[in-house]
Amino acid sequence: MIRLGALAVGLLFVVNVLWGALQPREAAAPDMTKELHKHPHAIAWAHNGPGNLGIFGTFDRGQLQRGFQVYKEVCSACHSIHRIAFRDLADLGYNEAQIKAIAAEYEMPALDNNGEPTTRKGTPADKFPLIYPNEQAARAAQNGALPPDLSLIIKAREGGADYVHSLLTGYSDNVPKGWTKPDTLYYNPYFRSVNIAMPPPLSADGQVAYTDGSPQTVDQYAKDVSAFLTWASEPKLENRKETGVAAIIFLIIMTGLGYMSYRKVWADVKKPA
Amino acid sequence: MSFPWAKQYQPTSAVGKWMDERLPLTRFVFNALGPGYPTPKNLNAFYNFGVLAGVALVIQIITGVVLAMHYAANTGIAFDSVEHIMRDVNGGWMLRYMHAVGASFFFGVVYIHIFRGLYYGSYKPPREVLWMLGLVIFLLMMATAFMGYVLVWGQMSFWGAQVITGLFSALPVVGTSIQTWLLGGFSPDNATLNRFFSLHYLLPFVIFGVIILHVWALHIPGSNNPTGVDVKSEADTVPFHPYYTAKDFVGLGVYLIIFSAFVFFMPNSLGEPDNYIPANPLSTPPHIVPEWYFWPFYAILRAFTTDFLGVPAKLWGVLAMFSSILLLFLLPWLDTSPVRSNNYRPLSRLLFWVFVVVAVVLGVCGGKPAEEPWVRLSQVLTAYYFAHFLIILPIVSKLEKTKPLPGSISEAVLAKYGSKAAGGAAPAAQPAE
Repeated sequence: MIRLGALAVGLLFVVNVLWGALQPREAAAPDMTKELHKHPHAIAWAHNGPGNLGIFGTFDRGQLQRGFQVYKEVCSACHSIHRIAFRDLADLGYNEAQIKAIAAEYEMPALDNNGEPTTRKGTPADKFPLIYPNEQAARAAQNGALPPDLSLIIKAREGGADYVHSLLTGYSDNVPKGWTKPDTLYYNPYFRSVNIAMPPPLSADGQVAYTDGSPQTVDQYAKDVSAFLTWASEPKLENRKETGVAAIIFLIIMTGLGYMSYRKVWADVKKPA
Repeated sequence: MSFPWAKQYQPTSAVGKWMDERLPLTRFVFNALGPGYPTPKNLNAFYNFGVLAGVALVIQIITGVVLAMHYAANTGIAFDSVEHIMRDVNGGWMLRYMHAVGASFFFGVVYIHIFRGLYYGSYKPPREVLWMLGLVIFLLMMATAFMGYVLVWGQMSFWGAQVITGLFSALPVVGTSIQTWLLGGFSPDNATLNRFFSLHYLLPFVIFGVIILHVWALHIPGSNNPTGVDVKSEADTVPFHPYYTAKDFVGLGVYLIIFSAFVFFMPNSLGEPDNYIPANPLSTPPHIVPEWYFWPFYAILRAFTTDFLGVPAKLWGVLAMFSSILLLFLLPWLDTSPVRSNNYRPLSRLLFWVFVVVAVVLGVCGGKPAEEPWVRLSQVLTAYYFAHFLIILPIVSKLEKTKPLPGSISEAVLAKYGSKAAGGAAPAAQPAE
């Protein structure tokens, strides 16, 4: 009885779903976005270590500081990093006095003694302030587009740092034939919808003046700021890998010892024939 | 409850004896996982995954309880509180990555455990209740994992909650009311988040309770084994401790090494980047997908694209998705072959591997956007999924000519190890042990 019922139910589902499979499909409209969209280039990041495997490797402090400089001088015109506190900048190699000085450059909203809104200088405990007070203000200022907060951007995009680097260096004036690009948007094949509202932020070599002698090219800026944003997304990255290497060494030893005792325990059962 | 040759617990100290006469807890553990549980001596590595699943649950509970100390179930700050855990809580990043990766690994381990049961016929008499309790655990796990994923309150959390609860709206007449009741509103919001948090904290302990029943049901007939032949004498078994505690410990070590590799070196590789974007009810992600462990069922859900017999396609999809799991409860009565292990069922073994491939490819389809060729592929595979259990297995189990079974477990072990040179026909599906 169960098997007869199962047969009936089975036939119902099978015939139904195969009937669906036999239905003709509307010819999919050729999707030019898909054709034009490009995948990011893989970059050998310092924090990915040898072989770009992500097992070893630490952040390049100099690169993080340069990336922070690019962020401050370029990106921060529109994008916040609101999940980062000034005190976190110690990870980049800044000392306490430098962090205090950086924080003091920012005006934070506050209340005065009468409870009226005012501003005060930032302290290391503060987070980086928002650029716009709310989404509506951001969209109003940006032609309807919303510049996302960059604190998590590396983890929130497929391809991570590679993607951000390719996006920043991927703008092109050669819009392919047949592709419509509204005047307010820019052509960038690394962006999901190919047309992006963000104007090319890194437009010329020498745009940001480095003081450590690193090449002042758009490509270098893009790499540095991507590395900085990787740190912003995952500030515990180095700690995580160190712990991981130690944990795995411990586990390999433990498993090895376990295997030896397993052999010993089973020796009398698995006597060689 | 056990074999007559099972070792008896003997308290060695006066305190132990005193306690044993009042609350024999040590005796209970001794009989469940200790020397008092005679276990077939031919269990291979696949029999390790039950213990691994138990460990995976314990890891989830321990990390989860600590995470809950820092998490805030409020739509305004839930996402921020998760980032607070990642950035400011001591070791918080490790706890959260262990919990997130741990969910994936829990499912991975349980899937292998289920497939092992399918291959060796562990659902057959007298283990039907054991099998069904396992399926109950699986269903509870799915509910728990889904609600846990929503707690992050990222984009995929929000839209996942919208889509999954939306499944219930396909039911006629009461559907929309059920969805509203589940969500506590018309779309996922604070009421949803709060109840999901409450249930996400509760269900793991329910799972724990059902696991106790599952292990109890296991200990009545004892473990199945790769030959599927019943234990006949003491020569067929070894005490669980120290034999399988030692063996499972090695398996646990290997498991933890792979687990650590994911937690520490690629913690986000199993998740969707979109869930690092805070939930936004006004912006639908272009491609809503559940976590990988739901993909085969998601593919079945989306495989039904045509109205049929006056029932809308969406309702068919929902019915099929739930049926695809519920039909497993009937498996002991669909597969009537008296031979348990597929090692002795050539045709059934072939079909088993076909089914494994179908399930995996269905998973791939479920992770892709709903476009060709994935939809058509998942339709054909869905047809096989149902045909396999509901049509093919019942017929095959009646008609199949099985290979001769060994007289006992010991005989099979001797045949394998005693004359290795002569008997080189060990099936590839059975890992050498």
